[in-house]
Parts: sequence; structure tokens; C-alpha cells
Amino acid sequence: MTAPLVIDARGRRCPLPILDLARHIGDVPVGATIIVEADDPAALPDVQAWCRMRSHEYVGASSAEDGTPAYTVRRLC
Amino acid sequence: MPAYLDAASGAPLHPLARAALAASLDDGWADPARLYGAGRRARLLLDAARESVAGAIGARPDEVAFIANGTQALHAAVLGTLAGNRRAGSRLVHSTVEHSAVLHAAGDDGVPVDVDSFGRVDAAAFVAAATSDAVVAAALQAANHEVGTRQPIAEVAAAIGDVPLIVDATQTVGHAPVPAGWSVLAADARMWGGPTLGVFAVRTGVRWRSPFPEDDREAGRVPGVPDVASIVAAAAALRSVVESQAADAERQSTLVDRIRAVVPATVPDVEVVGDPVDRLPHIVTFSCLYVDGEALLTGLDRRGFAVSSGSSCTSSTLEPSHVLVAMGALTSGNVRVSLHRDTTEAEVDEFLAALPEVVAEVRAELGADGL
Repeated sequence: MTAPLVIDARGRRCPLPILDLARHIGDVPVGATIIVEADDPAALPDVQAWCRMRSHEYVGASSAEDGTPAYTVRRLC
Repeated sequence: MPAYLDAASGAPLHPLARAALAASLDDGWADPARLYGAGRRARLLLDAARESVAGAIGARPDEVAFIANGTQALHAAVLGTLAGNRRAGSRLVHSTVEHSAVLHAAGDDGVPVDVDSFGRVDAAAFVAAATSDAVVAAALQAANHEVGTRQPIAEVAAAIGDVPLIVDATQTVGHAPVPAGWSVLAADARMWGGPTLGVFAVRTGVRWRSPFPEDDREAGRVPGVPDVASIVAAAAALRSVVESQAADAERQSTLVDRIRAVVPATVPDVEVVGDPVDRLPHIVTFSCLYVDGEALLTGLDRRGFAVSSGSSCTSSTLEPSHVLVAMGALTSGNVRVSLHRDTTEAEVDEFLAALPEVVAEVRAELGADGL
């Protein structure tokens, strides 16, 4: 299994983290995961909403090494 | 043509409120607690206004108190109910989409109950939480201030037993019938075309104790001389808006239906949030993907449209709206449109005509085209 693609969206305000996600989702194959690390408080609801609107899977949240929230998304289409 | 489409932040002052305000500044300026002629005149005006407001919200005049603004009405409703029931416990059950004034007043004593994607609690789940140990009161809004979704107040009230039910009717009074079954009710005169003034009512027999230092004004509920002129003005506006409420609601609801249908058809990647049917007649909210809410409001303002937003970039704390988050809705590019009694069909159509271009501009600036 290859390591998932990680996007650094630290310091980027809504709606930039999901724009970063949208720009890079095509960089991973269908079925693979992509992680966006974002400290914006709107990132969690917006990543979840983006997955719903773009028919991808929101896998869950964890923390990067520095404590920044990290959201995992699986490309489905 | 500029259009003010933010009535849920405060409707324009009703002409009858303006006239009543001017008249009562002349006749009702004295302290209504004093026994000389000018004081008695102020007292008569205050009593008549209280009776009128009480009738409009389904309360008895002696159950109604006036306070500075809607936020303070909610604070008094929550804090007074908690203070009056302290011996039984301290927990307050509330929906996750209550006004921030309720959440802040509840503080660490709050017990949140989740909502569905329309922003509505499940009545049975809410009642189960409200009737559990150490819970002394429950707060449920008549309808949401951001998305318009109504809550099942009657169903909850019928099943909640003797747990006091605090109902935030700040967006409902003046726009839709006030649901029955409340123990403590809060309203906001700004929302019906009155001046800045809060109203709350405590049902006779409900345990409520003033959270303020002792004072005998407003039957011991709110300290200090009441603002008679604003109260008279608020009552005059409310009498008028209640009279035309059914017709206004029907007209506004049709315009909201139009916004709900046209926006997703003319703007790509938009989610209209809230219940499409069981909602307030005058509030509608939608969120646009890849849009900066602040840029969107600025672009609309430049074209003369005043709306508000629950996006994080438009709040002083940079936090997104807790209502949108609780509903699992997109928070970026959020716009709340709320209509008042003078909002015209032409204003709504002009807004709908301008919106796609403004959204496209913001998306182009962000480099979001084609994503």
C-alpha cells in the first residue's frame, strides 16, 4: 500500500482547504486516500460537505505530528 | 435599486413604530412608577403596550417583561429559569442550533441534543434528554434564525411533563403564529419592525427567579426604568404586523420558494439548506462551494444587496456558524436572505439576477473554475 497524499493547508482560510483538496484529488487513483492538514475551524464541516457534493468518501479526522487536524478522504470517482 | 434582505438581523422600523415612538417620547417620558400626572401617563402607555404585546404572543399581561434587546431576553429566559429551579439541579437541555445567546447563557450546564440535516431535533430524543436526571429546564427555538426550520414545539411540550420549556421565538413573533406550550418565551422587537427591545414572558406558576440584583421594576424581573417609548413603539408595530401576518407570510413564502428553486438552477454547486416546507416564511439560506463568504457579501453589497452569512470568514471569531456545522451543511460561501414586509418581488428577482455573476467573480478570483 502506498502512503496517502498529504496536503498542507495550514494557515489557509475557508474555502481554501477544500479548494486544495479539489485541486489534488485527481492526483490519487480511485480508491486511494488523500489527507488534508488544515487548522481552519471551517475545514471539518466543509471537507465533509465537499465529499458529499463530489461523491467522495470522508474517512475521518486525526492529528498531524504538530497537532494540526488532518482529514482523510477516499477518492471514489 | 438597493435591497435590504437581512430582516432576520432587524427589519426596517415600521412607520407606525416611528409615529408611536415620537408620540410616546412626548407623553411617556416620565418614570412610570411615579404617582404624579406625567408618571401616570407613562404608566398608562406602558400598561396598554404590555397588554397588546401579551395578546400577540399568547400571554397574560402580568407574564410579560421588557428588556433592552433580544439577546438579553434570551439570557433572562435561560438564567432566570435555571436560577428558579436550582434546588432540583442545574442542567439545561437544548438543541445544537439554538441562538448563541441561549448557548452562552447555558454555559457548562448545557446538554446539547443533535439535529438532522434540516436542523430539526427528533421530538422523542429531545424529550428523553429533557426528562433525564439533573435536568431542570429545556430550551428549544420555535424556528431557527439562520435556516428557518421550525422545531416540533407542540409535540415536545405535550410530552415533556413539568420540565419548563424555554422557547426562543425571536424570529417567529411577527412572522408566524407563536406555538403553544411554552413555559418561558423570548421575543425580539427588531424582527417585527419595532425598535431595539427584548420581550420575555414567564407563564404563571413556572419557577423563574431574576438573575439580576434585586429591583422592583417589571414585577421584579428586569431592573431599572423601562424604555416606555420603545415599548409603545414595539407594541404598535406588532399590532400592525400581526394583522397582516397571514397575507405577508404567504407572499414571502412564495418568494422564498422562488429563491430555493432559482438559486440551484442558476448557480453551480450550491446547497440550499433548511426544511423547504416546515419553515419560517421569510428566511432562506444557501451555501456555495469554493466561495469566500466575505467576498460574496462584499460583491453583493457593491450591487446594493444587504444579506448576511454564516461563513467563518464573516464572523469576528473566524468560526463558522454553529447552526450550519450542527446540520452538517457546507459553511463556505453561505448567504442568508431574509425578507421583511416591504420586500418586493422585483427586489428578489434583481437579487436572483445578480447572484450568479457575483459568485462567478469570487470563484474566478480564487481560481476555482473547473474544479
